[in-house]
Amino acid sequence: MNTPKNLLLVLAGSLLLALGGCATKKVKPVAQNTPVASDAAQSSGASGNGVTTVTAGGQGVSGQGSAPVGVERILYFDFDSSEIKPEYVATLAAHAHALSANASIRVRLEGHTDERGSPEYNIGLGERRAQAVRRALLLQGVGEGQVSTVSYGEERPAVPGQTEEAWSKDRRVEIVYIN
Amino acid sequence: MNRATLFHQALRALACLPLLALATGPARAELQIDITQGVSDPIPIAIVPFARTPTDGGFDLAAVVQHDLDGSGRFRSMDRGAMLGQPQRSSEVVAADWRAARQDYVVVGRVSGGTGTSLNVEAELVNALTGQSLGLLRVTATAGTLRTAAHQVSDFVFQRILGTRGAFATRIAYVAVDGAPPSQHFQLLVADADGENPQVVLDSRQPIMSPAWSADGQWLAYVSFEDHVSAVYVQELRSGQRQRVSARAGVNGAPAWSPDGKRLALTLSGSGGNLDLYVLDLASQQLARITDDPAIDTEPAWSADGSQLYFTSDRSGGPQVYRVDVATRGRVQRVTFGSSYNARPRLSPDGKTLAFVTREGSDYRIAVQELGSLNGNVRVLTRGSLDESPAFAPNGMSILYAGRVNGRGSLATVSVDGLVTQRLKSDRGEVREPVWGPFSGTP
Repeated sequence: MNTPKNLLLVLAGSLLLALGGCATKKVKPVAQNTPVASDAAQSSGASGNGVTTVTAGGQGVSGQGSAPVGVERILYFDFDSSEIKPEYVATLAAHAHALSANASIRVRLEGHTDERGSPEYNIGLGERRAQAVRRALLLQGVGEGQVSTVSYGEERPAVPGQTEEAWSKDRRVEIVYIN
Repeated sequence: MNRATLFHQALRALACLPLLALATGPARAELQIDITQGVSDPIPIAIVPFARTPTDGGFDLAAVVQHDLDGSGRFRSMDRGAMLGQPQRSSEVVAADWRAARQDYVVVGRVSGGTGTSLNVEAELVNALTGQSLGLLRVTATAGTLRTAAHQVSDFVFQRILGTRGAFATRIAYVAVDGAPPSQHFQLLVADADGENPQVVLDSRQPIMSPAWSADGQWLAYVSFEDHVSAVYVQELRSGQRQRVSARAGVNGAPAWSPDGKRLALTLSGSGGNLDLYVLDLASQQLARITDDPAIDTEPAWSADGSQLYFTSDRSGGPQVYRVDVATRGRVQRVTFGSSYNARPRLSPDGKTLAFVTREGSDYRIAVQELGSLNGNVRVLTRGSLDESPAFAPNGMSILYAGRVNGRGSLATVSVDGLVTQRLKSDRGEVREPVWGPFSGTP
């Protein structure tokens, strides 16, 4: 849990520092479990505004290789609701069938909201939607270990724009086949 | 920002071009303060150009002070062209002349060479009505830190005249998003409070959320989705050292540093998806659960003394602000009423005022409420339709927040009395989730 994994590529930072006056700066390697000091040295002098850039590594985009062919992978929701609409019953049954037929297949349920309201509260609403889909899959025999959830809240809209039409496309759960 | 500053920055950037070509992100001045509403009778003040020295790199310190004070909405600075003289010391200020030019105050000063590459900045504030000097500020700087010295002069003038510490020499953090979904690019940036000197803290292809300053201003906590799950990180700004402090199943969100810097309040859901508040001791990694409710509990904010957490919960149906005692994990009290949507509480530095997002009709706006009185006094401060993420300035005078202008995410400030509003114009696709850093940690 606490083991930093694939933590970072620290390189570009010293370059960005250059704007502060073309100074270069050595980047310390990241220690595992770096103690977090509350009494870190006060910055001072010319490099006082120094900031070292970290470039996030992260994994590539997942494929959808194991996804059942011809089955919708996005479920849309009403405003402020995490209730699965009746029109998705057959869709979810098809996913549940594919997953329970092969216990090695895993899916990630990505919950999303529209942009209105507070970002972290929307993370909660997106998680609720992902959990509603998760429960529906588990009830149909999918193994718990096959389904994980992530909520992006309002951070990854499907359609940009401030219209009800765009927002209705943003409120969704995407079923992503990981392997 | 004036043209001279832009030109100066462009020159510096050109000088660094071979390095810049490899940089991951733009680091130009991307926020500009644009005052949209000020007080009806701003204080007239003359900021006389400072005496210069050849080693100051051509930096126009007085112009930055002028820009700071004008941008505050509380002052109106005198046009340089209208100045009859350019005194450099308070003894040279002829008060009657400035009075005749309808100025209440005059700022004079000089930049002079010190030992080595150091520079001495001296600024004096003169009351034009009495001719009296109201104080002298001395700051040591280098050519590279003159902008910070200028902000310190602005803080000094602001404090002497208004009696409140200025927040010009502080920093802000925010998230910038470029590109259209689904191929967006996210950056966490730190900039001076006037938007200058933006520097990239984290660069990612996946969302970055909820930056939070440590009390000493040296660290940021934030949420990153770089591994297609949410995780909370803490990162030291100067070194870029960071640690992933929470990557548990489900939601890892809404980090908030305790006032003593030792603990992080955060939101976790576990695989069951129920969001509750926790407090993580950073040294021991011990995790304490603070709330346990089937509702969404999130967006914790510490009281100034660290004894309570204010947070958003929809335990009554829609989101409202509550508070809970951290030590006893009990006595959950509802704090907001009125609107059916009140979320994302933030406390003023003196602990007396709560800022939050409220819904008025179909619009989301920033409101404040006095905490002393029961059901006290909700005032809605903004007029946008999608305003969110309020954050107090360290002097408590204004609130930085995110909103949408012409469909684009942008940042703005509003004074707590509602009299002054500013927009921070941006040339990025979107800027959001601003947070204002503390006084400490300012270079």
